[in-house]
Amino acid sequence: MLFQEAVMNSTFSLVPLVVFLPILGILLNWLFGKRLGEKGIGSIASLAAGGSFVVSVLLALALLQNHEGAHIPLFTWISVGNLDLSWVFRVDTLSVTMMLVVSGVSTLIHVYSIGYMHEDVRHQGEPKRFRRFFIFMNLFVAAMMILVSADNFLMLFVGWEGVGLCSYLLIGFWFEKGEGGLGNAKAAKKAFITNRIGDFGLLIAIFLIFWNFGTLNFAQVFEMVPSVAQTQPGVLMAITLFMLLGVTGKSAQIPLYVWLPDAMAGPTPVSALIHAATMVTAGVYLMVRTQVMYMAVPGAQQVVAWVGAITALFAGLIALGQFDIKKVLAYSTISQLGFMVAAVGLGAEVAAIFHLTTHAFFKALLFLSAGSVILGMEHGLEAGSHGHGSNHTDGSNHTDGIHHDDPQDMRNMGGIRKKMPITFIVYLIGALALAGIAPFAGFFSKDEILVAANQGNMLIFVVLVVAAFLTAFYMGRQVLMVFFGDARSDAAKHAKESSLLVTVPLMILALLSVLGGGLNFPGVHTLEYWLEHTLEIPHATEFIVPIALGSLAVALVAIFLAYLVYGRKPLASAKAADPLAKPLGVFFRWMNQKFLVDELYQAVVLGPYKKLADFFAYPVDQGVIDGLVNGMGSLTVSLAGALRKLQTGFARTYALSIFVGIIAILVYLLTRI
Amino acid sequence: MTRMIDIYSILPVMIVAGWALLLLVVDLWIPRHRKGITALLAAIGLAIALGFVLASSGNTILGFNQMVVLDGFSSFMQVLFLVSGMVAVALAYDYIQRMNINHGEFYVLMMFSIAGMMLMSQAYNLLMVFLALELLSIPLYVLTGFARTRLESEEASLKYFLLGAFASGFVLYGTALIFSATGQLDFVGIAAVVTAGSANSVLFLIGAALLLVGFGFKIAAVPFQMWTPDVYQGAPTPVTAFMSVAVKAAGFAALMRVFLVLFPSLSEHLTPILWVMAALTMIVGNIVALAQNNIKRMLAYSAIAHAGYILMAFVAFGNGEVVGNTVAATLFYLVAYGLTSFGAWALVIVIEREYGKGILLDDLAGIGKHYPWLGVAMLVFMLSFAGVPLTMGFWGKFYLFRTAVQAGYIGLAIIGLLTSVASAYYYLRVVVYMFMKPGEPKLQINPWVSLVIGVAALAVLLLSLIPWTILELASRAVLLLQ
Repeated sequence: MLFQEAVMNSTFSLVPLVVFLPILGILLNWLFGKRLGEKGIGSIASLAAGGSFVVSVLLALALLQNHEGAHIPLFTWISVGNLDLSWVFRVDTLSVTMMLVVSGVSTLIHVYSIGYMHEDVRHQGEPKRFRRFFIFMNLFVAAMMILVSADNFLMLFVGWEGVGLCSYLLIGFWFEKGEGGLGNAKAAKKAFITNRIGDFGLLIAIFLIFWNFGTLNFAQVFEMVPSVAQTQPGVLMAITLFMLLGVTGKSAQIPLYVWLPDAMAGPTPVSALIHAATMVTAGVYLMVRTQVMYMAVPGAQQVVAWVGAITALFAGLIALGQFDIKKVLAYSTISQLGFMVAAVGLGAEVAAIFHLTTHAFFKALLFLSAGSVILGMEHGLEAGSHGHGSNHTDGSNHTDGIHHDDPQDMRNMGGIRKKMPITFIVYLIGALALAGIAPFAGFFSKDEILVAANQGNMLIFVVLVVAAFLTAFYMGRQVLMVFFGDARSDAAKHAKESSLLVTVPLMILALLSVLGGGLNFPGVHTLEYWLEHTLEIPHATEFIVPIALGSLAVALVAIFLAYLVYGRKPLASAKAADPLAKPLGVFFRWMNQKFLVDELYQAVVLGPYKKLADFFAYPVDQGVIDGLVNGMGSLTVSLAGALRKLQTGFARTYALSIFVGIIAILVYLLTRI
Repeated sequence: MTRMIDIYSILPVMIVAGWALLLLVVDLWIPRHRKGITALLAAIGLAIALGFVLASSGNTILGFNQMVVLDGFSSFMQVLFLVSGMVAVALAYDYIQRMNINHGEFYVLMMFSIAGMMLMSQAYNLLMVFLALELLSIPLYVLTGFARTRLESEEASLKYFLLGAFASGFVLYGTALIFSATGQLDFVGIAAVVTAGSANSVLFLIGAALLLVGFGFKIAAVPFQMWTPDVYQGAPTPVTAFMSVAVKAAGFAALMRVFLVLFPSLSEHLTPILWVMAALTMIVGNIVALAQNNIKRMLAYSAIAHAGYILMAFVAFGNGEVVGNTVAATLFYLVAYGLTSFGAWALVIVIEREYGKGILLDDLAGIGKHYPWLGVAMLVFMLSFAGVPLTMGFWGKFYLFRTAVQAGYIGLAIIGLLTSVASAYYYLRVVVYMFMKPGEPKLQINPWVSLVIGVAALAVLLLSLIPWTILELASRAVLLLQ
């Protein structure tokens, strides 16, 4: 028994490796990557991520023995006054769950990226960036691991900022590409700045926590929450709401979601890993981790639930009007994150983590499959232009502006099913899982959220059901537009299945998307019993058959409707309008234009802000302040010119000056005596 | 009767003076094209004297019936004078050859002047003060006119002599007034009479004011500064460098010695005068420097301005609590300023091609590109003059301003700060011309001069990392009070 315990504890002390293995990968690739070639770089990076996964699995096995977990201190970071911050790793069921999801999905995506980036760097004409990509990816894994394994708010913030940086770097990976050569750089900037607003909220929350609790350590803070909730409910309200602002930034909720669709400018594996499966769930993780605080302020919970629900609905509507294959998935991600946030607001943290996990599987799968489709399209584009020659003399491959060559526009696709059968099957699995069709993973996790909503707040329940309906509908639309019908462009005609390096990770993810529901299977509730050791679970999850059947029915109806609209009569050509455009009229145009939220922000926030900045920069700074400074300068220079004239060069003048000085001194002294 | 201890107290001065006399004779047998030997011998003489100064430092001796004193202050100052002298020899060796004024008397005169300065730092009797003042001044008048075939040099020499004699007259007259007020000439006696309260206060005060004028002339304080630009410009540049460092230091040595020992009781009346002088010196020096295109004149005004900063700390000379800091800060500043100033003048010597032509800002163009190390060294010196951190100039100003603020002269400190900001303009303009204007300079760099530049630049940078060591030395250079 003692021996077992010793083994367990030594297993727990492995936890720093989840951070340091990826860092080791960075160092190796940085130092030796140039000589290793693409295979070597990819292997090192994948092994680093895989190593993290193995450590996470070992931690999980040890946790099965000892559910309480451990705190593994690494070193003291800051120790000033009563602020004592150490880098401590927290090993408990929640953090290990996150580690498993992050490192597992990361590993698959790393492997996938070896194949994908091999093509991508050549397509974009910059093969040297292969190494840079994997260094950034490992950096992301390290930062994300710091985030989920933190034992205090500040370490969490370090990870939080770290993943934000990686997100910025990877969105702007092709920083010189995009619209007008600036598009990608702008997207990266937008993501970063939008997140800064959220980070500001999180920072304020952390300051407030330190101010009122005197510590940043999770356990100590949570212990004091009940007493603070009684004496200063307002403070707790402020903390939770400021934290929510941080969450809306990182997890792309209203009002700060606008960066995520633009973030699709990054290479597709990045979209899959960072902007679908892992980083964007950091906000959800944060709220689950601090559930004690949210539970203590029901008002804040309400706000959280509504933010999530409205985001789920709103983003679902926008997704319906998009034509870019990745944009649809991006809005879908926002919508699904809305489900998770709503679940936290409803006090169903387990459901949130459950959905987070399954979503990581099927959304990563969908993005990666979309990447596979894009690769196929790019292949087809090149093959097509070689085959026809004269037809595509104007073919510049990577400009978004030219509608016909855009390999991401679903209107250019069609009939891919036959060209890329493996991709089609895994995509279908992912789509069904997302749409919430039993027995795929998404069905179970989404159902739990709906049950919680049903028990908690009927209005939110209705909103979420509508969002679920939209989910199934836009996924049906996407699958039908991409894979069915006839090829609507040369690229689609010549599309070609991707290599095994790309498709094998897809198959594994597809398997996970099928089986993921088993994690918290109704009646068994493995995940719930697992997380129970870390989280407070106010009411156990139930499986309510009418709700389950109802949600399944909603999804099926939505898919059937999608078939009626898009399947029976596929788009005739790439230029044809969306069949919904006519019946929905203006409303479809709004959805397509994302309800003009970007334009609204531009007009309400950015425009006035820029005007203010211009005002301070030109009239105030360059006019008044510079004027004063320059005026002083020229005044001094003219004074210098005047004084200089006293220097006549005649010794008699100089003697006079001495004499005047003496007289002045003597006169002064005589008046004093 | 002369005791051994009397000899011992002024032994370094005697060595320098005696060595100079010998050298004057020896030089007769040294051929014109071998004047390097004279330079070397002069440097050796200064080095021997330096050794004796260091050996005798730490003692406090009143010698020759209280005519002279040996104390920490005099030892510190003498080290400064002797090192300055050696640097000046290094700078002059190549220069006077190039300018065809290669006479051995150059070094001899410089040694006489140094002997005068050393005596000045030790004088403890008003007559000794006057004697030292004349001993240091007269060789300088000659040195200024050393390029006697050049009009500029002669003009500068004559002006310096006329005005210097004028100023000496005030020192002498002040001495006479103090004698008539107290009946004493040596510091011990005067201090005793003043303490006893039996001095004629009006005559005593006017005498003090006249001494202030005389010393103000030597340190180039406004309004007694007008000779400075003309003389600095006309004199051979190594002489100018020597004047800007050593003569100024000697002036401050006299000012501190006389005022701290004799006139603390007059501080109530003298402080406002010093305040105004300090303010005017900082303002005029810095502002007129803005309008200069000629580097030598610009540096001359800069020298005036720096005297103003030191005066700012000196205003508090009567405040017993901070006076220790005043002395330490002043000595520190003289070191920091001396290093920087020698470095900057050495660069002028490198650049100067033809006597009296003057160096305009345009002559600096392209130096940063073609002689990057010279450019970087000049950058260091200019930043140090301007008081930018990581240079000795910064710490020097810091200690001066700190003393002024401690003594409560915040208004003066603000004037100092503002003029210091203005000074950055003309210092950095030099850098701008060196690095940002295209030009094709052709320079011949003498190894001794570049040694001075390199050592000065390194010292300005490296000592700024450990400024407290110098300040510690300066704080220990205590001045014997009565």
